[in-house]
Amino acid sequence: MNLWDFPVYLLQHKLQSGEISSVEIVRAFRERISQVEGKVKAFITLDEEGALREAARVDQEGGYTGLAGIPYGLKDLICTRGMKTTCASRMLEDFIPVYDAFVVAKLRETRALLMGKTNLDEFAMGSSTEQSAFFPTRNPWALDRVPGGSSGGSAAAVSAREVPFCLGTDTGGSIRQPAAYCGVVGLKPTYGRVSRRGVVPYASSLDQVGVLAQNVRDCALVFSIIAGHDPGDTTCVNVPVPDFVSALDEGVKGIKIAYPREYFALGVDEEIKAAVMKSLKKLEELGAIVEEVSLPHSEYALPAYYLLAPAEASANLARFDGVRYGYRDLEADNVIDMFAQTRGTAFGAEVKRRIMLGTYALSSGYYDAYYLKALKVRRLISSDFDKVFASYDLIVTPTTPTPPFIIGAHVEDPITLYMNDILTVPVNMAGLPAMSIPCGLTRGLPLGMQIIAKPFAESLIMQAAYAFEQNTEYHSMKPELEV
Amino acid sequence: MVLNIKEVEHVAGLARLTLKPEEKKEMVARLSSILNYVDKLNELDTDKVEPLTHILPVNNVFREDKTEPGMDRELLMSSTDMKEDGQYKVPKIM
Amino acid sequence: MGHEYETVIGLEVHVELHTKSKIFCACPNEFGAEPNTHVCPICAGFPGMLPVLNKEAVELSIKAGLALNCHIAEVCKFDRKNYFYPDLPKAYQISQFAMPICQQGYLEIDVDGAPKRIGIHRAHMEEDAGKLIHQGAITETLYTLVDLNRSGVPLLEIVSEPDMRSAEEARDYLEKLRAVLLFAGVSDCKMEEGSLRCDANVSIRPLGEKKLGTRTEIKNLNSFRSLERAIEYEVNRQKERLEDGGTIIQETLTWDEEKQVTRSLRSKEEAHDYRYFPDPDLVPIHISRDWVEALRRNLPEMPDQARERLMKEQGLPAYDAAIISLSPDYLAFFDACAARYSNAKVVSNWMMVELNRLLNLHNMNISECKINSNDFILMLNYIDNGTISGKMAKNVFEEMFATGSSPDKIIQEKGMVQISDEKALLQLVRKVLEENPEVVRDYKNGKEKALGFLVGQIMKVTKGQANPGLVNKILKETLTEE
Repeated sequence: MNLWDFPVYLLQHKLQSGEISSVEIVRAFRERISQVEGKVKAFITLDEEGALREAARVDQEGGYTGLAGIPYGLKDLICTRGMKTTCASRMLEDFIPVYDAFVVAKLRETRALLMGKTNLDEFAMGSSTEQSAFFPTRNPWALDRVPGGSSGGSAAAVSAREVPFCLGTDTGGSIRQPAAYCGVVGLKPTYGRVSRRGVVPYASSLDQVGVLAQNVRDCALVFSIIAGHDPGDTTCVNVPVPDFVSALDEGVKGIKIAYPREYFALGVDEEIKAAVMKSLKKLEELGAIVEEVSLPHSEYALPAYYLLAPAEASANLARFDGVRYGYRDLEADNVIDMFAQTRGTAFGAEVKRRIMLGTYALSSGYYDAYYLKALKVRRLISSDFDKVFASYDLIVTPTTPTPPFIIGAHVEDPITLYMNDILTVPVNMAGLPAMSIPCGLTRGLPLGMQIIAKPFAESLIMQAAYAFEQNTEYHSMKPELEV
Repeated sequence: MVLNIKEVEHVAGLARLTLKPEEKKEMVARLSSILNYVDKLNELDTDKVEPLTHILPVNNVFREDKTEPGMDRELLMSSTDMKEDGQYKVPKIM
Repeated sequence: MGHEYETVIGLEVHVELHTKSKIFCACPNEFGAEPNTHVCPICAGFPGMLPVLNKEAVELSIKAGLALNCHIAEVCKFDRKNYFYPDLPKAYQISQFAMPICQQGYLEIDVDGAPKRIGIHRAHMEEDAGKLIHQGAITETLYTLVDLNRSGVPLLEIVSEPDMRSAEEARDYLEKLRAVLLFAGVSDCKMEEGSLRCDANVSIRPLGEKKLGTRTEIKNLNSFRSLERAIEYEVNRQKERLEDGGTIIQETLTWDEEKQVTRSLRSKEEAHDYRYFPDPDLVPIHISRDWVEALRRNLPEMPDQARERLMKEQGLPAYDAAIISLSPDYLAFFDACAARYSNAKVVSNWMMVELNRLLNLHNMNISECKINSNDFILMLNYIDNGTISGKMAKNVFEEMFATGSSPDKIIQEKGMVQISDEKALLQLVRKVLEENPEVVRDYKNGKEKALGFLVGQIMKVTKGQANPGLVNKILKETLTEE
């Protein structure tokens, strides 16, 4: 086994036992990146030399606590002081923040080593990473297929073993869907569990930072570092952060799991349904109580999402006006034209579409019919979950309706592309935590199972996911990238 | 089409987006198809439903009225070249 | 023949809340710093930066609401108000649209000696924008510079009902509002520094008509004088327009201070579509009644209460009491003086005449005045015991105002002691009478005015230091004796 193949917890163990140094780890991953990055194209910015310097410092200091000495990647809309943060947009192609995101500060504090910034759909708007203004990322399982998105670069980097873990963001499925497509574990925490400060927002009421890793234990290790209160984000709640790692072993005996029938209709592929049903059987065998339930408003989550998220985005992305940072059109001779040409030139097609849609949904005469209506539907969706969670501990569904598709297949058809999020979006609408874990393969492509819990019950999700993982082999499957 | 080109132009004006003629045409088609899709929401009677604006049951998060000095101006303004005398420079307003 | 019209005015007033830090970040809320030195990534609208609400801004807003007799909301929220402008870094202003913190209050002003209630429709919190510095006139400028020091300064926007019926009422309302906010400690309300700004909505309608006429909104009213003038100008413009058979267009105007006219900024058709929606970055504010009552208990004396007290306890006329209770500093000065002087009306007279004259002349606020209450009372005592005359006192007062010296020092240095020596004055009187036999004759023939001339001659000889009462008395006695 190569060093770059090791999960976080084993690297940690080897560092602590003195078997290897952090510099050796970084060198191994640098080597791996040089072999596969040309094919996968997961990174927008790489800084292996910076990571190597930090690794030397960590080795010198010793005491490998937390994630000290472990390299990682960051979705490139999480701000890094002194390192470009592009959001995969021409708008921020040269933008170097003068601040770190709260989660980055946490990772620096624990002395984890930033290897680079990963590709995404521009400003996180997309489900395939094809909307990156720079280049599409490829699925390590099948290079002609998408890795999913918008955290596609992060999922692909973990899947291709270029880094042992990444942070991504999830607004409507942007961690879970690429995790499913790339055969890795992806955790989208409860809205309010992780600080959003320093994370360039897409839809502020839905966005949440989370983890992509090889397995559930790694996920718990990283999540322990980034979760927790930040007084600089008023939507980041001051609640205790449990010990996620020690809770892993508690198993699923007696845990009540619901599977909503709507999530097994909605145009979900038969192989995926079968794989998830099989997984549910496994959980039952392990002692869980599994029952069918209904989340009747599920099919309305996606249309409501495609009003709410663009509406918020239209305001969130308004600040990119060329004045203080980012691209500026230098031709315009007055400020109104400067704004419009700056934005018209530097935003990509999908970003412009969503800004237009959101602006329209909020505009005079349409607010009630679109935006307000969507807020009301959001209430119905949230209530659906509340009702189920009154009698169940977890909800299990497929993560995506299909396996990863061929690059370019849906470029001309945004709605089909949007449908990819149909099983993940309701979770964001209700602010709940959810994780996608590998649960099978179809035609050589990975499939994902989604586990959803009540607010702040991530520990229970990971406990069930870990039990499943310990009793199956799916998580140890990995793409065969020719080197 | 739910939207016409005039409406697209109006919305683009509100959003301060210069669109090329072909972009406008494409926008009419794409936005119309999305708006048709979201019309699905009208199947639901939501008259008595309270809109959900904040998912968290959290309120009154404040900071104390304490000051910190502003950021070093050089550093803060290092993200643009369009500046003069410590101020951001923009083309004329009118 | 012209119709009779009624003027209808409503005011929208923005005041900067007197906090130490900005509303959503820790940058100092201070006027007059070097450009962009009180700025951080939050108030400069950098990507990913989030607002955190300053508790003091909320408490000051509640205090303002209480002082304005408002209902304080149980729950209020922030919304995003979307528009692009180079002084607005996020291209949305965090403001309160659907659920403002204060609603349905009122203020009382005095109209023709009777109190009149002006309704307060609502008051809401929001953040201020930065400042644009145009290189040259706005129409000719090549480029504009942006200073974000003011970006994120907490504001309270106070919207009145359209209850005012004249420019004078509007001015009185604004003065009263300013006084109330000053007393409540909510804002320093300096119009010249922009911490109090006013827009006026003006319409007219035929007398007796119930429906409101089409209104125009006048912006850029940065003094009480320009508020009054702009409204007067606008009312006349609207009257002339209607008399000429025209109609009023709903538009936004700006007051041109130089030319003293209103000019159109934009029409209703060009009006913004602000696309308000709840700001997901800020959680709701729940204001418990306990919180409100605690703030109410700590509210200091308000102008109306002060006025009442001055009339009742100090016996001041209503007019004096109203003027003195327009500013807390002014009132504090009065109270300090009146506490140690027997005649409050004398104190009030001096403040309203001499002190006001000098303050206006030097464009100063009473807090910047060098005279302290001790010296002021000392001066009044010198008048009472005859050491100086009232006229001399004015000179002494001016000197005190200019230098901050004590009256003792000024009187001594300038040799300003009043001549009250009867023998010396009698000699002077005799000398003057001898020198002016014709005037003496006139007086004896019944010309009372002649006496004034003779007094004047004596004051001239003594450089104003003769005790005028004594001079009068001695003159009359001497003239009768002769």
